[in-house]
Amino acid sequence: MSVALLFGLVIVLACVGYLIGRYRAIASVGGDMRGLHSLPSFYGWHVFLFTTVPSLLFLALWLLAQPLVLERSLSEFFPSDRFDSPTERTLLLADVRRVAEGLDKAVDQGILTESRAVSLRTEFGSVRDRLAEAGVALGSDVTPEVLRAAQDYRKRSAAGAVIRTALTLLIAGAGFAFSIYATGPALRARSRVETVILVLLALASTVAILTTVGIVLSMLSESLRFFSMYPWQDFFFGLTWSPNFRGNSELGLLPLLWGTLYISLVAMIVAVPLGLFTAIYLAEYAGPRTRSVVKPMIEVIAGIPTVVFGLFALVTVGPFLRDAFAEPLGLGSSASSVMTAGIVIGILNIPFVSSLSDDIINAVPQAMRDGSYGLGATKSETVRQVLLPAALPGIVGAILLAGSRAIGETMIVTMGAGAAARLDLNPFEAMTTITVKIVSQLTGDTEFDSPETLVAFALGMTLFVITLGLNILALAIVRRYREQYE
Amino acid sequence: MYDTQVTERAVDSKKIKFQCRNVQVYYGSTHAIKDVNVDIEDKTVTAFIGPSGCGKSTFLRCLNRMNDTIDSCRVEGDINLDGKNIYDHDVDPVQLRAKVGMVFQKPNPFPKSIYDNVAYGPKIHGMARNKAELDEIVEKSLRRAALWDEVKDRLDTPGTGLSGGQQQRLCIARAVATAPEVLLMDEPCSALDPIATAQVEELIDELKQRYSVVIVTHSMQQAARVSQRTAFFHLGDLVEFDDTDTIFTNPHDPRTESYISGRIG
Amino acid sequence: MTHAMHDSDGARPKGSMFVEDAHTRRRNRAEARFRLYGLAAVTISLVVLAVMLITIFSDGVSSFRQASVTFDVTLEEEALDPEETRERSDLMRVTTIGYGNLLGRQLNAYLERRGLTVEGVSDRDVAALISRDAPAQLRDMVLADPSLIGETISFKVLAQGRIDGYLKGRVTRDSALRDVNISPEQLELADLMREAGVLTVGFNWGFFTLPDASDQRPEAAGLGVALIGSAYMMLLVLVMCLPLGVAASIYLEEFAPRNRWTDLIEVNISNLAAVPSIVYGILGLAVFINFMALPLSSPLVGALVLTLMTLPTVIIATRAAIRAVPPSIRDAALGVGASKIQTVFHHVLPQAAPGILTGTILGLANALGETAPLLLIGMVAFVDNYPASPLEGGFLDPATALPVQVYGWASRADAAFIERSAGAIIVLLAFLFAMNIIAIILRRRFERRW
Repeated sequence: MSVALLFGLVIVLACVGYLIGRYRAIASVGGDMRGLHSLPSFYGWHVFLFTTVPSLLFLALWLLAQPLVLERSLSEFFPSDRFDSPTERTLLLADVRRVAEGLDKAVDQGILTESRAVSLRTEFGSVRDRLAEAGVALGSDVTPEVLRAAQDYRKRSAAGAVIRTALTLLIAGAGFAFSIYATGPALRARSRVETVILVLLALASTVAILTTVGIVLSMLSESLRFFSMYPWQDFFFGLTWSPNFRGNSELGLLPLLWGTLYISLVAMIVAVPLGLFTAIYLAEYAGPRTRSVVKPMIEVIAGIPTVVFGLFALVTVGPFLRDAFAEPLGLGSSASSVMTAGIVIGILNIPFVSSLSDDIINAVPQAMRDGSYGLGATKSETVRQVLLPAALPGIVGAILLAGSRAIGETMIVTMGAGAAARLDLNPFEAMTTITVKIVSQLTGDTEFDSPETLVAFALGMTLFVITLGLNILALAIVRRYREQYE
Repeated sequence: MYDTQVTERAVDSKKIKFQCRNVQVYYGSTHAIKDVNVDIEDKTVTAFIGPSGCGKSTFLRCLNRMNDTIDSCRVEGDINLDGKNIYDHDVDPVQLRAKVGMVFQKPNPFPKSIYDNVAYGPKIHGMARNKAELDEIVEKSLRRAALWDEVKDRLDTPGTGLSGGQQQRLCIARAVATAPEVLLMDEPCSALDPIATAQVEELIDELKQRYSVVIVTHSMQQAARVSQRTAFFHLGDLVEFDDTDTIFTNPHDPRTESYISGRIG
Repeated sequence: MTHAMHDSDGARPKGSMFVEDAHTRRRNRAEARFRLYGLAAVTISLVVLAVMLITIFSDGVSSFRQASVTFDVTLEEEALDPEETRERSDLMRVTTIGYGNLLGRQLNAYLERRGLTVEGVSDRDVAALISRDAPAQLRDMVLADPSLIGETISFKVLAQGRIDGYLKGRVTRDSALRDVNISPEQLELADLMREAGVLTVGFNWGFFTLPDASDQRPEAAGLGVALIGSAYMMLLVLVMCLPLGVAASIYLEEFAPRNRWTDLIEVNISNLAAVPSIVYGILGLAVFINFMALPLSSPLVGALVLTLMTLPTVIIATRAAIRAVPPSIRDAALGVGASKIQTVFHHVLPQAAPGILTGTILGLANALGETAPLLLIGMVAFVDNYPASPLEGGFLDPATALPVQVYGWASRADAAFIERSAGAIIVLLAFLFAMNIIAIILRRRFERRW
């Protein structure tokens, strides 16, 4: 039985339970609802929750655990000491899964009967061809060993599915029966239901924590694996980045970090003055009508997906910079460059800087402006000498946040910065960033056992730490700033 | 032009600083000030009193065009400073405000040092040729605001760190530092405790030796204590304008009397 | 003597308020300059936005139109069913190459009959005028209806990408000189065919329905799979994000005790909102694909990643909406004896619903345009099979997404794919625009002044 069907069945059972619970509650007091502790619907919900929550929790846990258990049983077929490298073994295990999937498909489509799929042997003809009929392409023909492992895998996962279904339904049924049995005028259904709901709400709020834990754990464990294969000194202080999927890679972080910071610097040089002056103009100079038109238009920029900016960098900005500046100045002939990516990220960040600065400038009390105007200061003097110094911490926070966004931006650099890792000062030269390399090391068919792939996790960790640091710092500054005027 | 002023000043120290004729103020479609005529004398403290919302602060803010910073506000009529209409198109409000300083209801020192707070006006108006002159202006202004002795040792600490009364005197020092001719005070003591209020009132009395002071106040006692002339506003109208003694002892208008005796407001 | 209000102050006397002295002039110039900087910043930002949108629209709008060739094809039996059985298994033996040869012959013959020939265009060149997708199209048609064999039908096929580009002005005779895929003579023939009505340009429905196509067939590439993939993901993100986000927000706003744990959650949420999106891709790869063994490129994994990414935004918006409900409403409900949970579900949530919906829609819009994390979970793979319907496990089938398709096409070599890429952006922006409009309307409609 498929998971979706099982899920649906539990829900249907729970709905039936709701109706029965409600009915039983009313019946237990002979239709006089005043005799009940809670409203009848709470008795219904009581049954509903008792039916769904434990069984679905069990189902979720099972689904998480099953792949691990199956993996372990597969390992019995292929003891790890038989292989030269873990990669070889991973590939083989992937093959097994694919063959098993193929057999499933073939049975579904009626190309094989269930019994044929179980008894199929390589001696009777090419399994690969049979599976190809079912639309499952295999790289090489199937060895007897892999086929047997795959059949075993199928058997176990089928058995797992049966047990899963049985246990889930059992738990749901038990909850159903128990809660209906408990239904009666004295049952404090409302308190029970509300307690369960409260617990569920609290659980939902921990998703944020779980996400962070997931991010840190996944990157940390893979990074540690990377550092067990590749010395950390060479990663953090290496000056060369030249991955080589046959081995002997040089995976130095510094060229990527340099590209990242250089591009972010260009981005900030574009975004900060434009964003800040836009905010100042809108907050202090523009009339209400101009503001109501221009502000949403600036914010449109923030709503455009970054891949659009990426295409803009690739098709328009890059060739323009190359033809107008790089080639005439003899600085290179590459359309993808630090300038291309930096300028476009800068544009992307204008609305970010401007709306944050706008909030912050507006948070400066009107009394400050009055005080300054009352002394005969002009608007610009008021802005420069009173508002900006007063708003400075907030603006610094906003700039840090924008910087962190620039550092973590991926699509624009992937499409506009280039792929060559380089330690260079020429801004019209193609350079690459941490995010670009994460994408390029992790896309395509990759196995997760080579340092060339795992380095992406170490890069991700580095990126996460840098941006997290900037964010925490920026949020702390902004928060302190806001408290000052509250 | 200076010469005429100086001559006039020499002749009559109680000459008229502000001459307001038929002043109307609108906020959008609200008619906030209706047809007000007032003459404000030099070297005198003039008090504007009246119940809240009567327009006294609005009118005060017309005198140095602070209302310009509010988009929906419109001013009609003539307000003449030394015989020149300050709402003429060739008047630069920035220069006007240097001549007509303002102190606000809540002390609003800039988040800068005490020194920089006072030096801000002189700096932007380019009044000092060098650091020594600026120091001199700062000291003189702080002395004039009766604050010098309390802060002379900590001029570089933030102005926001002073007590409420000190902050307000700092704001007065800041206003005085641009060498204004008129000082507008919008309920300068409403955020202060009685002791600080007394200090500021004492200061106002000092200041009238040099400036024309216009003070908006909620407190009739304060108006009686510090002012020589009093204007009573009610619902946007100037009800009565006379010597303070007359207003408080012998008002002509029944509304003034009701207010003075505490029946309205 | 100058006027001095107070005895020598050390202050330079101020001038009249009517006469601008040099100092004031300087200050006013600085003021004007400063204002100009502001105006310039606003102008530059808006101009750049306009330039970007205009270039993308002008690049992409042509992808909504498509050139096609209509000609008569005789489905020769000897070529398509040499054994004359009409059996499916026999028909399957004829590959697209066989159909391609047939189409080439027939097109040459047809053009000759119509008198549309140009000196120096070989038969191969003529055959190359139609899309390489055409043989497969014809084969599917014949397999579906074998009775067509032997008939002569009027067949409409896509024109080759370069011809398409020529009719849209992207390819010129000059550029054809340097292009191995097209010659000026072929373009001349195309002009003749155009005049004769054989080559026509019409609305490109295929752009919305067809799956992606390989490098040589830009004309056949469509957004079909990407649209389905994005729709699946948005559906799943909505289903997962809304309940989770609302539940978490209710807890944090209404029930959570103020303690360290709650503070930790709060700090976490605001930080997660600022984590680069690619980090979520790494998370998805490590947890959902490597650990939980969910299939690569599947909408389910994409949706899980996007949900985690969008959740902080939705929580922040939802909490703001809940906070905006005045406490008096809660007091009133509690005052008549409702429990805290009843108060929240009966009174607070309905009042906050428009705000929550608005926030969710904007969060979805964000998720719809997000590309980077999807690259890492394999959604950039070339997918030319439509995913199955959700009931048949379609959430686990490989698919792509709109923004990923934009990226995928932008990284292909042929300029025709850039056109498609920009066209896909127009579609994407249209969706985003619609979502934002809905959000604005919701906000306007239900805006409440307490």
